[in-house]
Amino acid sequence: MSDLEKFRREARAWLGQNCPPEMRKPMASDSDTFWGGRNATFSSEAQRVWFERMRDKGWTVPHWPTEYGGGGLDGEEAKIVRQEMAAIGARQPLTSFGISMLGPALLKYGTDEQKKEHLPKITAGLIRWCQGYSEPNAGSDLASLQTRAESDGDDYVINGQKIWTSYANHADWIFCLVRTDPAAKKHDGISFILFDMTSKGVSTKPILLISGYSPFCETFFDNVRVPKAHVVGQVNRGWDVAKYLLQHERAMISGMGERGVGRPLGQIAADSIGADEQGRLDDAPLRSQIASFEVDEAALAAAAERAVDLAKAGQSHPAFSSAMKYYGTELNKRRYEILMSAGGIDALEWESERSRGGARPRAWLRTKANSIEGGTSEVMLGIVAKRILDLPGA
Amino acid sequence: MALVLTEEQSMLRDSARGLISDKAPVSHLRSLRDSKDATGFSRELWRTFAEMGFSGLLVPEEFGGSGLGCVEAGIVMEEIGRTLMPSPFLATSVLAASALSRGGNEAQKAQYLPKVSDGSLLAALAIDEGAKHRPLQTKLQATRAGNGFKLNGDKAFVVDGHTADLLIVAARSAGAAGDKNGLTLFLVDPKSKGLAIERIAMVDSHNAARIVFDHVEVNADSVLGEVDEGYALLDGVLNIGRGAVASEMVGLSEEVFGRTVTYLKERKQFGKAIGEFQALQHRAAQLYIEIEITRAAVLKALQTLDADPGKAGTAVAVAKARAGNTATQAVQEGVQMHGGMGMTDQFDIGFFMKRARVCQELFGDSNFHADQLARAKGY
Repeated sequence: MSDLEKFRREARAWLGQNCPPEMRKPMASDSDTFWGGRNATFSSEAQRVWFERMRDKGWTVPHWPTEYGGGGLDGEEAKIVRQEMAAIGARQPLTSFGISMLGPALLKYGTDEQKKEHLPKITAGLIRWCQGYSEPNAGSDLASLQTRAESDGDDYVINGQKIWTSYANHADWIFCLVRTDPAAKKHDGISFILFDMTSKGVSTKPILLISGYSPFCETFFDNVRVPKAHVVGQVNRGWDVAKYLLQHERAMISGMGERGVGRPLGQIAADSIGADEQGRLDDAPLRSQIASFEVDEAALAAAAERAVDLAKAGQSHPAFSSAMKYYGTELNKRRYEILMSAGGIDALEWESERSRGGARPRAWLRTKANSIEGGTSEVMLGIVAKRILDLPGA
Repeated sequence: MALVLTEEQSMLRDSARGLISDKAPVSHLRSLRDSKDATGFSRELWRTFAEMGFSGLLVPEEFGGSGLGCVEAGIVMEEIGRTLMPSPFLATSVLAASALSRGGNEAQKAQYLPKVSDGSLLAALAIDEGAKHRPLQTKLQATRAGNGFKLNGDKAFVVDGHTADLLIVAARSAGAAGDKNGLTLFLVDPKSKGLAIERIAMVDSHNAARIVFDHVEVNADSVLGEVDEGYALLDGVLNIGRGAVASEMVGLSEEVFGRTVTYLKERKQFGKAIGEFQALQHRAAQLYIEIEITRAAVLKALQTLDADPGKAGTAVAVAKARAGNTATQAVQEGVQMHGGMGMTDQFDIGFFMKRARVCQELFGDSNFHADQLARAKGY
């Protein structure tokens, strides 16, 4: 038996013994996601047990180095853990922007001190991070951001406003893009800086969205004092860090949506619409839509697997995550259009108990942001045209 | 298994690409078409294929082949797709080789497989009867007669049927159209009495045949696999063929796309390259993404066919459905973005459009395979 097969066998056995049955069911609502942080609470005992076991095993982030609380696994082993978790339907024990966004950037650009300070608190779920990128006048044109950081001794003094800051009202720390050199060209005067959201002068205001939820905030900085040592990478070279992080963010967003878990869409549709004598969904055009969706979904899953394998083999294009982000988000929107159609009038209930407070229509509306956040679909296609296809003037 | 080619597979791709792009660029197909070549492919090039070990790629080593798998066959098919080379590779080396090595008894394998390997025997698989691929609807009747069977009925879209030295024919020996049980595969000599083959030049300048069976007698030794239980064998062979055609469509799509992107950079209107227009950039980017995702789905299907063929049905359906859709999009965008030039016979793009249409229909189009997936998932 090869080492990898042995590893798979051990991983399977460990997960089988340690993952509580409740944590193998598809997530039903937002509270089933554990985000960690100073004010974190567990929605169930099983959620706590599962998180703590995985944390102690180092598997909240299996592929990070053990010195930061990761599992120290190589790419092949981490893939096996993902596969074995998927095989039993195990939920993520910890979800955080620290894992999916900041961590990779810190591992590449952070100083030893910064890594030692922040990474262990991410893997242990102690600090919840948010991302300060977009501003009211810097959306797709992110590099035109205006939040200023002015030098004052050993500190920067930060003034300005961010918008669409996911869960800023729940976050402990922020990784933020600020302008440190207003005279430089727009991409050249930006720095990437970290600070505590409890710092004096930070305030947040949730934005009510069409879903009725407020996952995003406006975030205001009024003379916020941050030590210069909190800059990640070089001062005025924050755009490099920002772009690198965006690649990871886009990879994460492309994976949004509960791909391949739970009941097949066609069966969910049959529950409400019914099936004919041969067991075929009693709405032939919808059945075709679902089938073609599932063809594309399975293909995207293969592409995601291949993207990881290509990266491991050193054959991937750095802009490919934009391609995956584009496709994954458009596909997730399709999924929810189908779910709404499948649910029919039942899927229109907004406040009833039967509909769990309109869970489906709210989730449907939430997906509309997928192709906007982290770079719009149009920006993604522009990046592919320019950086991969090398089309002129793009 | 990683979804990337191994070093050996990359070497195979390079050698196939070298040979095919050198000896059979699209102009090769064009000249066969223009000269109304009766064979429709180059026998000389087929001998070279045999010398390089491609014709016996799927044949086990004990019968003179290379004993390689579907991923490798897909690699060759992809290169064929890039230049649209007409070749017996699909009918003989993929379909017949798979049918014989999976379904044949020792005598059958010993009789035919070495000749498949050395390129001396051409074969064809006769499945379709109606306008669409519906293998379960097979009606061609096999009735017991003496020690063997008599075959009566029609076959259509038999790829390379006009040059075949051996036909592998799906027939109904029991049950009714639509039943899984009651299908039998037969090895039939095309020169048999009562058998009439009509060569048909298809839209893509490749050849398929219509074949009429009028009381064609075959003996009991000509049954491939088990009487009445041929469906599993047939389905397994068809899945390999589907994976192979999906690979061809990946090569075809990528070639059309590459040519189109080059054109977008060269063609100038309004004083600039048309590739500067965002309307075209976004469509080109979308097509690129579709092709990349399809490539992954096809490789996944081929790897599954090699690792666990019994469970490959879903992955194959996904791959063939995706590849058909992607190729259709690629050739349509290819013609549209080439403008009027794309409509001319002088430009090659039209050849790709025609071949893509044929590949869609081969062994089930995108709708057929999406439906297969839906059935497999129980809705």
